[in-house]
Amino acid sequence: MLQPSALPRYDCIVIGGGHNGLVCAATLARGGRSVLVLEAQSRVGGAASTREFAPGFQVSACAHLLHLMPAELIRELKLESHGLKWSAQSMSTTALLSGGSPLAVNRSGLSGSDGAAYALYCERMRRFAQALAPLLGKVPPRLGTGDWSDRWALLGLGWQIRKLGRRDMRELLRIGGMNVFDLLEENFESDVLKGALGFDAVLGTNFGPRSPGTVLTLLYRLAAEFAGGATALSQPAGGLGALCDALAKSAAQAGAVIRTDSPVARILVEADRPVGVELESGERIAAAAVASSADPKTTFLKLLGARHLDTGFVRRVQHFRTKGLAAKLHLALHRAPQFSGVDAAASSGRLLLAPSLHYLEQAYNHAKYGEYSSAPALEITVPTINDPGLAPPGKHVLSAIVQYAPYALKAGWQNQRQRFTELCIDTLESVAPGLRGSVLKAELLTPVDIEQEHGIDGGHWHHGELAFDQFFMVRPVPGAAQHRTPLPGLFLCGAGCHPGGGVMGMAGRNAAQQIMKPGAAI
Amino acid sequence: MTTPKTLAPHFEQPLLETPFHDRARALSQVDSFVAWAGYTTVDVFTTVEQEYFAIRNATTLYDLTPMVKYRIFGPDAVPYLNRLVTRDLAKLRPDRVAYCVWCNDAGHLIDDGTVFRLGETEFRLCTAERQIDWLLDSAIGFDLKIAEVTEDIAALAVQGPTSCSVLTAAGMVGVDRLKPFEIGYFNVDGRALTASRTGFTGDLGYELWMAPQDAEAVWDALMAAGRSRGIRAIGSQALNIARLEAGFLSPNVDFVSAEQTIRTGRDRSPLELGLAWLVDFDKGHFNGRRALLAERQRGPRRQLVGLDIAGNKPAHHALLYAEANGKREIGSVSSAAWSPTCKLNIALAMVEGPYYQLGSTVWADIYLNRELVWERRMSRAVVVERPFFAPSRRRATPPTEF
Repeated sequence: MLQPSALPRYDCIVIGGGHNGLVCAATLARGGRSVLVLEAQSRVGGAASTREFAPGFQVSACAHLLHLMPAELIRELKLESHGLKWSAQSMSTTALLSGGSPLAVNRSGLSGSDGAAYALYCERMRRFAQALAPLLGKVPPRLGTGDWSDRWALLGLGWQIRKLGRRDMRELLRIGGMNVFDLLEENFESDVLKGALGFDAVLGTNFGPRSPGTVLTLLYRLAAEFAGGATALSQPAGGLGALCDALAKSAAQAGAVIRTDSPVARILVEADRPVGVELESGERIAAAAVASSADPKTTFLKLLGARHLDTGFVRRVQHFRTKGLAAKLHLALHRAPQFSGVDAAASSGRLLLAPSLHYLEQAYNHAKYGEYSSAPALEITVPTINDPGLAPPGKHVLSAIVQYAPYALKAGWQNQRQRFTELCIDTLESVAPGLRGSVLKAELLTPVDIEQEHGIDGGHWHHGELAFDQFFMVRPVPGAAQHRTPLPGLFLCGAGCHPGGGVMGMAGRNAAQQIMKPGAAI
Repeated sequence: MTTPKTLAPHFEQPLLETPFHDRARALSQVDSFVAWAGYTTVDVFTTVEQEYFAIRNATTLYDLTPMVKYRIFGPDAVPYLNRLVTRDLAKLRPDRVAYCVWCNDAGHLIDDGTVFRLGETEFRLCTAERQIDWLLDSAIGFDLKIAEVTEDIAALAVQGPTSCSVLTAAGMVGVDRLKPFEIGYFNVDGRALTASRTGFTGDLGYELWMAPQDAEAVWDALMAAGRSRGIRAIGSQALNIARLEAGFLSPNVDFVSAEQTIRTGRDRSPLELGLAWLVDFDKGHFNGRRALLAERQRGPRRQLVGLDIAGNKPAHHALLYAEANGKREIGSVSSAAWSPTCKLNIALAMVEGPYYQLGSTVWADIYLNRELVWERRMSRAVVVERPFFAPSRRRATPPTEF
């Protein structure tokens, strides 16, 4: 099938130049492997890119803050010496309240019983996060293999939890399966505080605060933030695209070749092994192994093809839940927005509009039935306050993650995009009076847009729901949860694997380590 | 789909009647019917012995309409079926039939059945169990359509040494030129039907496929043409002895579909069932290939084998032992019968290694109920080749005239 002229043959082709693909490529290249990264778009970054949505106005396309990427990984890949700069670090979080004063979500901002409870809550959650953080850096073990490395990994996990001590372990096991609504009700009185803390548990997921398993998603986020260390809640200068530019430089310096404008049409298979890829241009490139950072459905069903897989496995891939519920709103503003009662320092941080758990749950109710929220919850940043270069002088950009905006909107996004955009601006207007008059241009990226633009099936930011049944040892599906796939030599290195999405990069790094294991592929 | 003949509400009459039911009812002397895949069918018409000997000495009619039939058609039909089953169906020419098995991801058998290639991209799959969910899930990523056509096609097996002569006499001129596993198109009494030289008896025989409204006329024409050649309707019990002599597996008797087993370790692979000859590892990927390759490498732990057992008491459900002392259990019998034609006490049994080797001796613990008193016999059994009975007439083309 492959002609000898299709050489050079790479040790590994990485499909997709998003952050996970680039981390995977950089790690492989640093391990001495010859690597080719193939990115469909004209610049690297994927969903972690910076886009110009109005002339002179730039914004991070999906996630707009970096809070999950481990500091260790940033150091290991020398991203700061490859151009990564911070326009803000350790950013503050402020909960907005329409018609009321905003609440600084930190220990000094809270008073009375909530203040003490918050201190205890943070301490305890930090201990849990610390216990769980090591999981993110590991390839999940398999169950029932009798393999000692799997047994050690499971023992290690048990030990991490046991090490917490009797009281904490009991508490972790108690809350682990709870919903975040009940957990926060147990601890706090302030509705605004509960809304803000609950939002973190459901941001980017298909859950409301009362959905089962939302403490797990919160713990997951906290564990990643813990591993992130100093970079927790940071804003890279130039947007998240600049992070990927630094990743690309790091990978290139280590020897990886990166080709943009090179969409992969399919993975070539011979004798039950991937032997390379075919680009949409028809060009064929040979490789000993292929690592795909595309989402699992795209990788298995589109790029590889069900005919190379068993029916039961295809069934599981098909059942992997990938429908996104988060949209992204970008506003080009001719002046800085003024949020009622929010001072300049807080405006440069993260602003949450989810004034109570009931507000969140009601916003979610709509999504369950294929409608967008009539009162959506928002995570807002004004990146131009910290990084004026993203807009023309004096002008500003507002970037907001909007929930809930279901992928499969009953009425169809074609007709509803404008109405929902207006609704979001109205919602913002309620906490930032006068904002509407300063809007030069508005852009709404629905999950359908994210699917089309970035080739992510369902437009889910995490490439697939983060839920107990799609987590850790079973992410994305049994049979592909260790970055290996049923096809020897084909690996997954994207957010669809453990430890999942968010701009974390660990899926890419763990995959690279799996690929380089002795006796693996290359 | 055509409307089922019986229109009574399903809760009043949960079993359907086949288009041959009235004819079968009229011939039934012992009123012995059994449920088969949602239909009522005849277990015994007169006596098992009489019906069995008609299979081996004359011609028999057996209603196999309840056999589940799927129409599989479309541009990707060949790649789809080749990914589904373990054989290479790209090699199956139009108007030919292939016996196939298909497996789950673990290489364990879901079912066996026959695939009819009716055109370049037109196939029919006949199986014992309904499995539309597996077939549809297997179609993800393929361009084709699948439809269940069980009720649309009446099916009649015409088996026995005089069957070719009976069919010819009934007007199916040229049926003698059909080779084993070949499909031909004929008329009986002005009604078009499809015939395949296939069957479950291991003897000379054919299966006829027709529209349900033609079923009774074809039945009558065959009965009339076969009167002088000993034609007889048979039920499932007689067929079961013949299929055992032929060494064929019976689903839910000799294996349980991997989609239906509840207990771990009850699934069976084609290698364990002695069907390795159906597995083509070189044709490209198919369901279970990776698991089966691994199993082939380590060797199957157990195998389905034929047994020749001392004495004449069928070893129904007998446990098998390595020694006559009955201490080490090494397997069990799944099908057993006294073979009237071979004059042997035969059985199919799942036996652990190394005892499944041809020629090994094992011991069958046979329980006999003699007028309510149970007796036990530890009988010597030898692992022998299958089929137990394979007359040359089953392959001869043209068959001998009668």
